Amino acid sequence: MAKEIIKIENLKRYFKVGDETVKALRGVSFTIYEGEFVTIMGTSGSGKSTLLNTLGCLDTPTSGEYYLDGIAVKGMGKNERARIRNRKIGFIFQNYNLLPKTTALENVELPLLYNSSVSAKERAERAEKCLREVGLGERLYHKSNQMSGGQQQRVAIARALVNNPVIILADEATGNLDTRTSFSILTLFQRLYREGKTIIFVTHNPEIALYSSRNIMLRDGHIVSDEYNDDIKSAEEVYRNLPEEND
Amino acid sequence: MNIQNLFKIAIKALGNNKMRCFLTMLGVIIGVGAVIAMLAIGQGSKNSIKAQISEMGSNMIMIMPGAERRGGVRQSSDDMQTLKPADYEAIVNQATGIAHITPTVSSSGQWVNGNNNYPSQAQGVNTQYLDIRQRKVAEGEMFTESDVKTAAKVCVLGKTLVDNLFPDGTDPIGKVVRFGSIPLTVIGVLDEKGYNTMGQDQDDLALVPYTTVMKRMLAIDYLQGIQASAIDENRTEETIAEITDILRTQHKLRDDQEDNFSIRSMQELAQMISSTSSMMTVLLACVAGISLLVGGIGIMNIMIVSVTERTREIGLRMSIGATGKDVMTQFLIEAIIISVTGGVLGILAGAIATWMIKLFAHWPVQIDPSSVILSFVVCTAIGIIFGFYPAAKASNLDPIEAIRYE
Repeated sequence: MAKEIIKIENLKRYFKVGDETVKALRGVSFTIYEGEFVTIMGTSGSGKSTLLNTLGCLDTPTSGEYYLDGIAVKGMGKNERARIRNRKIGFIFQNYNLLPKTTALENVELPLLYNSSVSAKERAERAEKCLREVGLGERLYHKSNQMSGGQQQRVAIARALVNNPVIILADEATGNLDTRTSFSILTLFQRLYREGKTIIFVTHNPEIALYSSRNIMLRDGHIVSDEYNDDIKSAEEVYRNLPEEND
Repeated sequence: MNIQNLFKIAIKALGNNKMRCFLTMLGVIIGVGAVIAMLAIGQGSKNSIKAQISEMGSNMIMIMPGAERRGGVRQSSDDMQTLKPADYEAIVNQATGIAHITPTVSSSGQWVNGNNNYPSQAQGVNTQYLDIRQRKVAEGEMFTESDVKTAAKVCVLGKTLVDNLFPDGTDPIGKVVRFGSIPLTVIGVLDEKGYNTMGQDQDDLALVPYTTVMKRMLAIDYLQGIQASAIDENRTEETIAEITDILRTQHKLRDDQEDNFSIRSMQELAQMISSTSSMMTVLLACVAGISLLVGGIGIMNIMIVSVTERTREIGLRMSIGATGKDVMTQFLIEAIIISVTGGVLGILAGAIATWMIKLFAHWPVQIDPSSVILSFVVCTAIGIIFGFYPAAKASNLDPIEAIRYE
């Protein structure tokens, strides 16, 4: 039996907006095991962003339990959650969120800067290694504004990998990219999956589910389906078959 | 999170906005520079006054006839005649804390030498006057005790008088000049001193035995004043008390009667002058301090803008593991770097400004190390105080909202 990375039980999250209570999550339970590539899908308003924030320890549930790598996150203070995010989670955002005018290397080093047990030397080494892994070994010193969207997202992925997280949380990671670049990024995700990384990919694009190992569908704060994908399509194949843009 | 890393982050962030960073710093630079320069001017003028006064004799004591009156109350001529030569003798014989003492009487009039004449005074003193005022005879010699006893018709001229009475440059020693109708033989010329702080020409002066002035010029039997110097500058107060006792006994004053003379020390005078100059310094420093405050507000303004502008960056930092404290420290460090760098450059600017003032305006200036330390401390404090609010604002951001901020 693989290790339980994420275990949530009857997770509820209510927001108070004025006099009304918005029920974003109305009792969600699932367990994600090590080495899974899970897509969480849903339309806007389905609660997937709230779920992602909760899984990412940015938000705390109103009720229910959440165990990340065996640790109960519920009841943790702000600073403890910041530490958990720093050590156990790798975030990838739709709009990359790289620091402007900063080199790829420095961007990737960033999470380690907030971990005082990592020395400056180790920091640089690990950042460089991660950038090579995502195929940017030649662009260590390129600044974020000198790179294309795809390259920026690769830097962001390297940044999510640099702290050896137990889980990578991607929020619409291909949302801002064209089809071809999307598939090259997806190829990278699949490679990480094959290497044994645990990935949660939140998206509203149903196509992406074809390339993941498991798909959880949310609607109105409930899980409507949770299916394993036995026939994972290769993103790399699609990528190769897409015509290169020659202009 | 160690502080060293936060420093790196802060420096990096400031480096991304060099122009804005410099302009914010400029406020502090000008503020600190102004404070340094103003305090340097204040300190310089204070020092120069002090130097002038100690040159005049900081242990000097002046005894004047008449009670001390303030507020324009006129004194009768009787009051002005209370100091007699006998009083002088009594002080000479009884006072223990006095190094030198001279009676003073002066007469205004016209000094004449042939076709040349010049309006000035004849300062009647004894031989000890030179020691009290720390003057020297440059050429010739001073009159002697026996000249004083005999009310000899001799004089020692100051440089200004020599220049006006002997414009052709002849040696005045041995020549006879007239003061009013009285012929006096020039036996010496005083050293040149120039103008003092109050703008008086210290060379526009002629010394004559006080007996000569009293008997031959004014025909009076009282003294216009007595000048003395205390043995020890620090014992001036005691010496003044001693003289007061002697004079009260001399004048046979009962306990309930006020003094009919007044005694002033150079120290008092010095305090009076330097308190005026201190007040000016405080005023100048206040104005400069206000500009420093404005500089601090500039820092706060820019930091607030910066926090808003970098909301997403803050959100990102928080989502990858920065705590609220980390974010707060980062922004505080940014503010402190701006203010302290501005402070150091401001001290430099102040030093340059001070040097220019000295060079072009010839004002006496002196940069006090304490003012440098003070500016530095104030700068750091300003960085912390004005950086605190924006930093707290940044640290209180919700990472969920901040990361999606547009």
